[in-house]
Amino acid sequence: MTAALPLVLTVFVACAVEAIEALTIVLAAGLTRQWRSTFQGMTAALLVLTAIVGVLGPTITLLPLTALRLVVGALLGIFGLQWLRKAILRAAGYKALHDEASAYLREVAAAKAAPEVRRRWISDWYAFTLSFKGVLLEGLEVVFIVITFGDNQRNLGAAAVGAAIAVVVVAVTGIAVRAPLAKVPENAMKFAVGIMLTSFGTFWGGEGAGVRWPGSDAALLVIVPVVAAVSLGYAAWLRRSHRLSEVAGRSQPQATRLGTESQTEGVTSR
Amino acid sequence: MIRALKLFGAFWYDFVIGDDWHVAAIVVAALALTAVLTHAAGVNAWWLLPIAAFAALAWSLHRATSGKS
Repeated sequence: MTAALPLVLTVFVACAVEAIEALTIVLAAGLTRQWRSTFQGMTAALLVLTAIVGVLGPTITLLPLTALRLVVGALLGIFGLQWLRKAILRAAGYKALHDEASAYLREVAAAKAAPEVRRRWISDWYAFTLSFKGVLLEGLEVVFIVITFGDNQRNLGAAAVGAAIAVVVVAVTGIAVRAPLAKVPENAMKFAVGIMLTSFGTFWGGEGAGVRWPGSDAALLVIVPVVAAVSLGYAAWLRRSHRLSEVAGRSQPQATRLGTESQTEGVTSR
Repeated sequence: MIRALKLFGAFWYDFVIGDDWHVAAIVVAALALTAVLTHAAGVNAWWLLPIAAFAALAWSLHRATSGKS
C-alpha cells in the first residue's frame, strides 16, 4: 500500500481539480435552473463515461507495455506541459487566476438568461446540457488520468481509489457548502499536477522509446524536483519581467512629462 | 452530420493538443528522435526528452507572453 501512495496522491490531486470544475458547473445549473434536469444531465454523462471506461479499459490493458508507455508518455507529456504553461502564465500575472467564484457567476448569469425549453422527458434542456457537458468533459480527464497512471503502474485499483476519494471529497464538500469551492488554491494544485504529469510523461515516454534511465525507477526522484525547479524558475523569471514591463508602462508617461517639464525649466531659466 | 464531425474533431483536438500545437509537435518529435537514437544509433538518449520538454515549455511561454499565440 505504501508503494502505491505516490500514485494514489497524484491521481487524487489531479482528479480533485477536475471534480472542482465539474462541481462549479453542476451547482450553477442546479441552483439557478432546476435540480431534476441537472441530475439527469449528470447521470447521462456518468453513463457515457462508464461506457468509455468499459471499452477503453480492457483495450488499453491488451497493449504491450512498451507501446503503451510510448503513447501514454507522449499524451501525458503534452497534457502536463499545457497545464504547466497555463499555471506559469497565471502565476506570473499574464493570465487571470482561475477563479471558481467568478466562473460560477458567469455560468449563473448565462443560465438565468437562457430560456426554459422542454425536450421529451427533459423538462429543462439548458440545465441538462450544461450539467452533461461539464461532467462529461471533466470526467473524461479523470478517466484519462486513472487509466494512464493506473495501467502504467499496473495498479488500476490504486488509481481508481485516488480518483474516487477525490470525487467523493469534492462532492460532499460541495453539498455541504452549496457553493463553488473558491478557497481551494486551484492554481497551485494545477501547477503540482502539471509537474507530475510532465515528469511521469517524460519517464514513461523515454522508457517506451527504449531509453534506460540512470537509476531505473529512482530516476523519477530526480526528474520530479528538476521539472518543479525549472517550472518555478520560469514562473519567477516571467513574473519579474511582467512587473518590469508594468513599471515601465506606468513610468513612461511620467518620464515624458518630467522630460517636458525639465526642458521647459531649462528654457525659462535661460 | 458534418457539423457534428467537426465539433467532435474540435473537441478531441482541444482535449489532446490544447492551446499550443507546437508543444505537442516538439514532444512527439523528441520521442521519435529518442527512439531512433536509442534503437538505430545505440545511444542511450535519456537526456533528450527532459531537454525537449523544457525547451518546448520555454518557447510556448515566450510565444504566449510576446502575443504570438
